[in-house]
Amino acid sequence: MRVTISVEQVRSEWVRRIEEVSGQDVMACYHCGKCSAGCPAAEVMDLLPNQIIRLVQLGQVERALESQTIWYCAACQTCYARCPKGVDLPRLMEALRELAMQKRGDHLEIARLDVQALAEFPQQAFIAGFRKYTA
Amino acid sequence: MRYFYFPGCTLETKAVGFNRSAKDAAGALGVELVTLPEWNCCGATFPLSTDNVLDLAGPARNLVSTAEAGGDTLAVACATCFNVLRRTNHFLRNNPETLEKLNAFLERPQPYAGQVEVRHLLDIFVHDIGLEAIRQCAVPGLRGLRAAAYYGCMLLRPAAEIALDDPERPDIMDQLLAALGAEVVDYPHRGECCGAYLTVKSPEASMPMSYRILSAAERAGAHVLATACPLCQFNLDWLQARLRQQYASYRPLPVLYFTQLMGLAFGLDTSGYGFEQHYVDPRPVLTQAGVLGEVKAP
Amino acid sequence: MMTRHTGAPNPHALIIGAGIAGMQAALDIANSGYEVTLVEKLPSIGGHMAQLSETFPTLDCAQCILTPRTVEVGHHPNIHLITYAEVEDIQGEVGHFRARIRRRAAGVNWDICTGCGVCIEKCPTRVESDFDMGLGRRKAIYTLSPQAVPNKPIIDKARCRFFTQGKCRVCEKFCPTGAIAYDQEDALFEIEAGAVILATGYDLYDVTRLGEYGAGQVPDVISGLAFERLLSASGPTAGKIRRPSDGREPKEVVFVQCAGSRDPEKAMPYCSTICCMYTAKHAMLYRHRVPNGQAYVFYIDIRTAGRRYEEFLQRAVEEDRVLYLRGKVSKIFRDGDKVVVWGADTLSGQQVEIAADMVVLATAIVPRPETRRLAELLGIDVDAHGFLQEVNPNLEPVSTRRPGVFIAGAAVGPRDIPETVAQASAAAAKVLALFARWQAVPEVVHAGEN
Repeated sequence: MRVTISVEQVRSEWVRRIEEVSGQDVMACYHCGKCSAGCPAAEVMDLLPNQIIRLVQLGQVERALESQTIWYCAACQTCYARCPKGVDLPRLMEALRELAMQKRGDHLEIARLDVQALAEFPQQAFIAGFRKYTA
Repeated sequence: MRYFYFPGCTLETKAVGFNRSAKDAAGALGVELVTLPEWNCCGATFPLSTDNVLDLAGPARNLVSTAEAGGDTLAVACATCFNVLRRTNHFLRNNPETLEKLNAFLERPQPYAGQVEVRHLLDIFVHDIGLEAIRQCAVPGLRGLRAAAYYGCMLLRPAAEIALDDPERPDIMDQLLAALGAEVVDYPHRGECCGAYLTVKSPEASMPMSYRILSAAERAGAHVLATACPLCQFNLDWLQARLRQQYASYRPLPVLYFTQLMGLAFGLDTSGYGFEQHYVDPRPVLTQAGVLGEVKAP
Repeated sequence: MMTRHTGAPNPHALIIGAGIAGMQAALDIANSGYEVTLVEKLPSIGGHMAQLSETFPTLDCAQCILTPRTVEVGHHPNIHLITYAEVEDIQGEVGHFRARIRRRAAGVNWDICTGCGVCIEKCPTRVESDFDMGLGRRKAIYTLSPQAVPNKPIIDKARCRFFTQGKCRVCEKFCPTGAIAYDQEDALFEIEAGAVILATGYDLYDVTRLGEYGAGQVPDVISGLAFERLLSASGPTAGKIRRPSDGREPKEVVFVQCAGSRDPEKAMPYCSTICCMYTAKHAMLYRHRVPNGQAYVFYIDIRTAGRRYEEFLQRAVEEDRVLYLRGKVSKIFRDGDKVVVWGADTLSGQQVEIAADMVVLATAIVPRPETRRLAELLGIDVDAHGFLQEVNPNLEPVSTRRPGVFIAGAAVGPRDIPETVAQASAAAAKVLALFARWQAVPEVVHAGEN
């Protein structure tokens, strides 16, 4: 499928908002792939971290928001620690999660969680999980 | 030495063994940990979006409370709380406008000016007490125990803000464990992520992440893995039952808080350390290594 | 400092650094009939090129094409070679520079030494060789290589038994000419020169600063320059590919480009320009030496902007089956007897892991600290990193803001041998233009003229 790229898309309001909420300049990424090379959660992601940035650069924000990758980012900071351009990818992922939840509601339905298993979890796991997966 | 101490939610509930052993170990080294009056939850994650200043109010309130109580240091045992509080403090110090907003919001008599230092117990033990004093206190010590220090994310990154150790080659916990008499094993994944809160949504995502760390430490010959984070401890411990099903050759590895190992090394009463609550019971390994007395029959 | 001189300007060139750039400039000037003082910090000349195996894109044996040049420099009647020496001070102005040069005490009287090598053979102390990038060993009395020019040894006083423990004197006992001079002192030279060329070369980015790549602690993770020594017929393994940890022939080798380059956040922001080509060469030569071996190259972009460079790269891929993977490596660690590389192949969108036998890092080219010192001494500029600053990169690439001071080679920025040699000849031409003018109308020369 051929994707149309246009100025409206590349400079869309969505890209601007992601940059604003994340405080990051997405054009700083030159796609060396080091984030993707070291991401500890990449094997459960449908797109590599650098591909998420690429979609934002292309203005295809909707596709980035549909990706499961943003929900599998654990904000471990490994990518940011090694990024040669200092792109704070965890912040970009956070902005995408926020935007996704603004558009589509919470990512996690608390009612559908395995209560028995959850009883085992440390408190901070819920708090962190709810903060990441609910608006 | 006396410090205000921030226990955090998990240490008061699920990780009481961490809390107990942290206070015990500190006490044995002459460090008095005074629980911060009216502490509140740190928020469990550092807010990463720029438009969410209010999320900083929670962690900031603890810093304000410390300053109001006359403290210049807030000592933290939980690596996650440490990370959130320290990053918050760093952010406030470098963003005067946000600090002003938060001060207005918190409406406390004295505005906060970033004067409190958030420090992890590892830092206090190794740098304020010193390895030599720890070595002297380590009777009977941990001779015979091979330990792998696990740092995870929260003690290391982002390095410019956390500034506890080299994020790629950390060794502060290794130094401490060695001072306790343990044989410290080298393995490559001491700073890899265990899966953190991903486990809430999808344990299957955290499994390969925790497996990577555990199997590397086990292959390096570790008897136990030492951690400073209750969520890491949980993931690395709880997931092992699933890992055993998934990987045929999987060998379980007990996961302990570094302070539990300090208590053992110092010969303290470890009955309140909650060893029995660990999913992978550390007692047989600790007994076998000769650092824990015979486990009494229940 | 800018005292005016009324005497005739001195058509004598001072060249600092005797790598391929300094040598080329010296030969050009000397062959035009002018005198050159060539100062080199190391005991012998040739610079980094003397460490190389074969050069791209022709795969010429570096030593074979270099040795005639070093010999010519060594014997040239117009070139005064002062090695194992540093320029301590320079005063004056175009036409009338005066430099103080300190030659460090070698512990050997080079005027008497015949270069027979008996002292080296008999010396009982073996230490790690810097010239071999730590992969080989040398004696405590040594020359950089058997082809060294001048072929005179020096004593490594930090390692020599006599200097550290007070006894031994084996070299002295065996020296047939009595050249060993333990109590030799540094020699000071004052020279006058009308023009100066700085050609101080480069260093490599310190691998211990690359924590995620093992910080120099994994023995089978080596730098590209160390790999050159493994490839070199005169290197520590006589050109056989043997990994440092256990001497085994590596069956799978990973090459990592941009190790410290193009990294404004943590290391150097610029492209080191030569790594794409030398890595292709390394992978190619590895495959020639180990025909059943597999070479992998992790890259961000491949830059082959030179004549016959792209063809060279394609040959590495097609003929030598080198597998290029597009992505920067995130982590390298030891696992048993393997070196595991975590990378990405962004072309297929996959995270990849290679359990390699050896890893070669194309570490960034960085300026030498002494380049900055010399620049300050001469009153010329360096850039933010410490590379020498040309007056105008487009039109005056070898001139500096100080009349009579010219620059060439990798001290100005990362560059390959062809570009370095061309630039050195350009700097020599600038010097020769001055000298020719002075000889035509010597009385009109004054400060400010270039």
